[in-house]
Amino acid sequence: MSAVLRSAIPAAYRPIAQASRAATTLSAGFPRSNPQPHTKKYGGVYTVTLIPGDGIGGEITDSVKEIFDYVNAPIEWEQYDVSGMSSSGEALFKKAMESLKRNRVGLKGILFTPISQLGHISWNVAMRQQLDIYASVVLCKSLPGFPTRHSNVDFAIIRENTEGEYSGLEHQSYPGVVESLKVSTRAKAERIARFAFDFAQKNNRKKVTCVHKANIMKLGDGLFLNTFRRVAEEYKSSGIEYNDMIVDNTSMQLVARPGQFDVMVMPNLYGAIVSNIGAALVGGPGVVPGCNVGREYALFEPGCRHVASDIMGTNRANPTAMVLSATMMLRHLGLDSIANNIASAVFEVISEGTTKTHDMGGSATTSDFTSAIIKKL
Amino acid sequence: MLASKSLVGLGLQTSKSSALRRYASAAPTAAFAGQKGSNGKYTVTLIPGDGIGPEISQSIKDIYSSAEVPIEWEEVSVTPVLKGGKTVIPDSAIHSVKKNTVALKGPLATPIGKGHVSLNLTLRRTFNLFANVRPCASIKGFKTPYDGVNTVLIRENTEGEYSGIEHEIVDGVVQSIKLITWEASERVARYAFHYAQSSGRRRVTAVHKANIMKMSDGMFLSACREVSKEFPDVAYDEDLLDRVCLQIVTNPRPFSDHVMVMPNLYGDILSDMCAGLIGGLGLTPSGNIGRDASIFEAVHGSAPDIAGKGLANPTALLLSSLMMLRHMKLGEYASRIEKATLATIAEGKSITGDLGGKATTIEYTNAIIEKIRT
Repeated sequence: MSAVLRSAIPAAYRPIAQASRAATTLSAGFPRSNPQPHTKKYGGVYTVTLIPGDGIGGEITDSVKEIFDYVNAPIEWEQYDVSGMSSSGEALFKKAMESLKRNRVGLKGILFTPISQLGHISWNVAMRQQLDIYASVVLCKSLPGFPTRHSNVDFAIIRENTEGEYSGLEHQSYPGVVESLKVSTRAKAERIARFAFDFAQKNNRKKVTCVHKANIMKLGDGLFLNTFRRVAEEYKSSGIEYNDMIVDNTSMQLVARPGQFDVMVMPNLYGAIVSNIGAALVGGPGVVPGCNVGREYALFEPGCRHVASDIMGTNRANPTAMVLSATMMLRHLGLDSIANNIASAVFEVISEGTTKTHDMGGSATTSDFTSAIIKKL
Repeated sequence: MLASKSLVGLGLQTSKSSALRRYASAAPTAAFAGQKGSNGKYTVTLIPGDGIGPEISQSIKDIYSSAEVPIEWEEVSVTPVLKGGKTVIPDSAIHSVKKNTVALKGPLATPIGKGHVSLNLTLRRTFNLFANVRPCASIKGFKTPYDGVNTVLIRENTEGEYSGIEHEIVDGVVQSIKLITWEASERVARYAFHYAQSSGRRRVTAVHKANIMKMSDGMFLSACREVSKEFPDVAYDEDLLDRVCLQIVTNPRPFSDHVMVMPNLYGDILSDMCAGLIGGLGLTPSGNIGRDASIFEAVHGSAPDIAGKGLANPTALLLSSLMMLRHMKLGEYASRIEKATLATIAEGKSITGDLGGKATTIEYTNAIIEKIRT
């Protein structure tokens, strides 16, 4: 079924360089270590936790709900309107976490995190750490119909999601002297490296690049790099190339020659930087899908994590990133054909170029864009 | 100028113990205070460096003498020497930089093997080079996917993620410490505001990740906020690292009147990213501002493959030297040379191979000199 659908998509939507990989695999398989048995499914319907999040989250998840309704996707939402705007949402946040632990699959927008020291810690990070959804997958790919400065971008960012600079361990040893701990462990470096190679294999990718700063952080990033190299040895027979690149050079290469990257694997903080550069290369956070996966749970969210409160409530947000993230979720649940239908409808709308949201240089609203997708279904 | 510098310097000495110190004066400790020698010229240390270093340094010297810049070069070598079983920078080099308080440095080859302390690190420590200034401006005549780039980034250079404090607690578990101090944060913030003021930029933006690192980046921000009160004519705002990356790569133009200031690692990554926007490290200048001296340098490699062939592009070192002139308040010379250089590149007749031309280093240099004379 899916093969038929894929070949039904006009060649124009396929990546130019690698014609073998159809556009619908934009959000294709990360390794499913623990597929169906754990997900909740009653009468053929999966229960999924939905956390729309702050900012534009409500609008773009409405778009997903509308599309899913239209195609009768066998998904039942368990929605929690958690908001990080004030710490009083904590009780609801805990309920949402419980729901996620029951359902094991979730779709979420981004929760606001206050900068003030008095404010609560990042709930986005807390979720990733508590559910141990250790691998963040972000897919940056040039979209036909949405030209940007670069036309040959097609890489996946695999980011360690649970340790590193986001350990949250900080203290003031003396007034005016603060230490923040970056924790790097061999175990977590190893599983993320393995994930990256598995991802590359499953998605027919050719090269894995390890991004690091081991020349300065010789022990911390050194551990990450050495572990990566050791894991790479184990994948030698797969024929996947591997190399490593220092993070400052990587960011320079990304804006100058992004075509050289395929799969990139890196510690937490560099992932934040690289995914934002990547998003900017292909047209912004509105078109970059992503997910966070671990052994037990999978949480799908836009790859470039912005609350976008500036355009919140104006019906101007581009729902593409969220819709594509939702199709990744459908594939995770084994609902490939629905996922492919929706994804190709999205790509068709974009490549036609008649319905463009504000970030794409058009004036269509979120609802217009959603209707255009539904029309293609 | 000298008086105010020594006062501030004194303040630094006496109040080192109190961490939350405040200066009475807004002048940064790093302001240039050198004086002309008896020949009416400032003496500047020149470290030609390795590989293509000597060729591109010669090009700078030629251009400066034809523009009659009141500078006398004092050439030193920083090739490490053995001293007490360790390889160190020769004393003569350190002495020269200390005396002149300004230096221009070509690329250095990184010695391979153990026992060598990184030369850049040694220089940074010896002269307390606390701020790295990295301007990136689009160069007409060298096309990249980005137009109208004009960013200035100031990076804290002494601590942060590059503190070098790391340990393995148990096998396979490493802690790396990011160290943020009020003193260093305030010092780099002050320099950023000073730079904004003296270069006519209207806004200082502190780049941070304080939503995650609430205490460390939080303190960096409060130091910037404190300093901003002393500069009411310069606007101040704060932006998340994620958003800044996204915005610069999407459209760098709005950053044209900003000075960005940030902790070490973010600055390291973003400064090279900005360089990527305009065509790489061969076109971007860099200055290291310090308490005891300031060193301006080309951050590209020493290119041993083309060394001695007369093909190297001296632009990065030349632009760095212009930053140096402005630091020394010799701005009118800098503007003249800058105009001639940019016009030469824009014309495209005598540009070097890396910019897509066929000219040698000497032809390129002579083309600039001709433009300075007319």
